[in-house]
Amino acid sequence: MNSINQLPFKNVLKHPVRTGMLLLMTVFLSFSAFAGTLIIKSLQGGIDSLNSRLGADIIVVPRNAQQGLQSILLQGVPGYFYMDKSVTEKVSKVDGIEKMTSQYFLASIGANCCSMPIQIIGFDPDTDFSVKPWLEKSFNGTLADKQIIVGHKVNAFEGEQLRFYGVVCDVAGKLDETGTELDNAVYCNESTIKTLIKASEEMGVNVLTKADPDTLISSLMIKVKDGYDIQKVADYINVHVKRVEAVKTQSMIEGISDSLERLSFVVSALVATNWVVVLIMLLITFSMVINERKREFAILRVIGSSKRSLAKTVLFEAVIIGVVGGGLGVLLSSGAVTMFSKAIEKKLGLPLLLPSFEELMCYAGLTVLLCAVVAPVTAALSAYRASKVDAGTVLREE
Amino acid sequence: MSLLEVKNISKIYGSLKALDNVSLKVEKGDWLAIMGPSGSGKSTMMNIIGAMDKPTLGQVILDGKDISKESSKSLTQIRRDKIGLIFQQFHLVNYLTALENVMVAQYYHSIPDEKEAMEALERVGLADRAKHLPAQLSGGEQQRVCIARALINYPEIILADEPTGNLDEANENMVIDIFRQLHKDGSTLIVVTHDPEVAEVAQKTIVLEHGKVAREVINNEK
Repeated sequence: MNSINQLPFKNVLKHPVRTGMLLLMTVFLSFSAFAGTLIIKSLQGGIDSLNSRLGADIIVVPRNAQQGLQSILLQGVPGYFYMDKSVTEKVSKVDGIEKMTSQYFLASIGANCCSMPIQIIGFDPDTDFSVKPWLEKSFNGTLADKQIIVGHKVNAFEGEQLRFYGVVCDVAGKLDETGTELDNAVYCNESTIKTLIKASEEMGVNVLTKADPDTLISSLMIKVKDGYDIQKVADYINVHVKRVEAVKTQSMIEGISDSLERLSFVVSALVATNWVVVLIMLLITFSMVINERKREFAILRVIGSSKRSLAKTVLFEAVIIGVVGGGLGVLLSSGAVTMFSKAIEKKLGLPLLLPSFEELMCYAGLTVLLCAVVAPVTAALSAYRASKVDAGTVLREE
Repeated sequence: MSLLEVKNISKIYGSLKALDNVSLKVEKGDWLAIMGPSGSGKSTMMNIIGAMDKPTLGQVILDGKDISKESSKSLTQIRRDKIGLIFQQFHLVNYLTALENVMVAQYYHSIPDEKEAMEALERVGLADRAKHLPAQLSGGEQQRVCIARALINYPEIILADEPTGNLDEANENMVIDIFRQLHKDGSTLIVVTHDPEVAEVAQKTIVLEHGKVAREVINNEK
């Protein structure tokens, strides 16, 4: 024993039951704080990512297909809907449109004809502004026919092949993670998606229409010119173009944001309640521990420990408990959130994107620091009582 | 000047006088036994001399300084620097080894020195039990660890409260032999006991009854 710090360490190590109990409580604190933060931040990250990924101010879809669009984007339910391509020309005449591009949706199926059930999104390379900026990060060039780029979570890699409706496609690249359901999608050019739609029609699968794929599109992504009111442009389309629905992207995101806000409040309230309960439990436990240790403190006082030194010992023990419990809680909650992120995403119907490693480390550090501060605060009263132990009386009572 | 001079001290709890106008002197190198039946005031005396308590009245002059009015902080300092305490119940820290129990006293006094702590254990014949926890030691061994802890900071006075009260005869003799050796080496010993055999090996015995000094006996052995 060469320093005062070893005394608290020894005490913590030599009393496994007491230490275990205190650690468990600190783990609860840390777990709830870190997991709560992680979930809220991941949801926020997912929504931000989705917002920037869509890249369009307005999405035009067939009337009544908005729900289908949200299912594809938010719940990862592969889907498809089509409208007549002539919509493109009608919408293009609307004042205030800076850029416009069409997209095509197709859902593959879990059958022999397809490698996996997945969302396939086709885009027009000549006019696209929504997909290409992201594609360019992982694929430098122009997508050839029957070439695909896969989302981050699709189990395929560059150089491999995937088969959809009997059509074999080469994987040309893999996108970075977005935390949205778009990570489960596959992207291809207009020509490829039309080939796939045709193949699916020929197989009698996913058939909504017998129309020629060349006459169909699923959605129109619109970028509105600066100075124009996006809502007004969307309203104009809704009024003047028949059988379509113009959805303001921001409104869709805001709808999610509202859900997120409510959810954040509930999660925060749960975390706060948990903290209050556990802090009271810690306070009581530290208090009980001090009663149990009166004799030990009396001995230390008698052999020369000052009151201040005794209080420091108790507080340092609490810091050790706080740091170790905080660290364990962070590890456990990281594991739990990572393990159940998909289930949380599905349950909440919201995209989830874990913060970056640096951000995670920062939150983890703050959580451990918080526990390292809170534990000695709850032990402060006990430390004060320890320092007030009347050594002579306690030892005489034995 | 006496090493310790107790001048007319009384300790009063409500209507009870645990000590009533007690005086005594201890010179450097003395071996004093304080005897008396239960409730005679022995433990109160021990706590006051051991700087764990203060008298209600009177003075305790230790090494020329009146400690009877000192603050709790000063008394801690005095206990740390001038007094080595030995208890009937040993009072070892149960999660520290024998060696660490000795070193913890060094820590509060100055700087822990493992070699010196080991030497203190050797003096009481416990070098081979240094790494054992108190629960792994016999009563006699625990008492010897307690003695080693009391000696480690070279105190002015070694104050023992019923040091053989929980020991069998063999261990009692061993502890008395250690006291003899300490006394021979010039240590000042005050032993509180109810055992006449332990008391009579001291130079002088003070008998307390009802909080007062009933008599003083000069022992022949010394």
